[in-house]
Amino acid sequence: MKLLYFAWVKQKAGIAEEDVTLPGEIRDVSGLISWLKTRGEGYEHAFADLAVIRCAVDQEHGDLDTPVAGAKEIAFFPPVTGG
Amino acid sequence: MIRVQTEDFDIGAEVKALTSGRTDIGALVTFTGLVRDTNGGTVSSMELEHYPGMTEKELVRIEAEANERWPLQASLIIHRVGKLAPGDNIVLVVTASPHRQAAFDAAAFLMDYLKTQAPFWKREETGDKSYWVDARESDGEAAAKWDT
Repeated sequence: MKLLYFAWVKQKAGIAEEDVTLPGEIRDVSGLISWLKTRGEGYEHAFADLAVIRCAVDQEHGDLDTPVAGAKEIAFFPPVTGG
Repeated sequence: MIRVQTEDFDIGAEVKALTSGRTDIGALVTFTGLVRDTNGGTVSSMELEHYPGMTEKELVRIEAEANERWPLQASLIIHRVGKLAPGDNIVLVVTASPHRQAAFDAAAFLMDYLKTQAPFWKREETGDKSYWVDARESDGEAAAKWDT
């Protein structure tokens, strides 16, 4: 599974994208974030406040409860500020 | 039609391309968003980051939704990415319909949805510092009013 990070989430995590194999027990975005936070300080820093974290599963907006099984690409980013 | 591009756009040329050869359009609304200096002359540039792939999908989805809600004859969204300067164009929305209200409303809807759904992020540079622009609560409220 490909993970992508944008804007300050990318800066705090210290990574733009990576390929990962998830432990089987991870069911949803919330579980994925908990697992990522065990992988280093950058992730802990990036995901410290989940109120300002947005995500997309296979390029569609998701939330903490969105299932991750079978997903090819999951992205994490701050609330959007275009326009 | 949607486009994500680094280069500037020419509003007159875009409108001409959209209306060329047509006599059925009665109302055409254009909205242009510009890079604004929010910090009293200190913002030197703005970087527009986006999520390639998802950005285009979201813009297509938002445009399709506007076309479902209003009887539009044509619509266009152009959003720039990359490094911009204060005063530069960021975004262009054009809507055309037989009567003005649909064109006005659809243009407002497209902007409200784009601002809260399309994966773009602004970073302002002021002197030697740069910071990510925070999302505004009022943008969320503006988009939510279309849900009722």
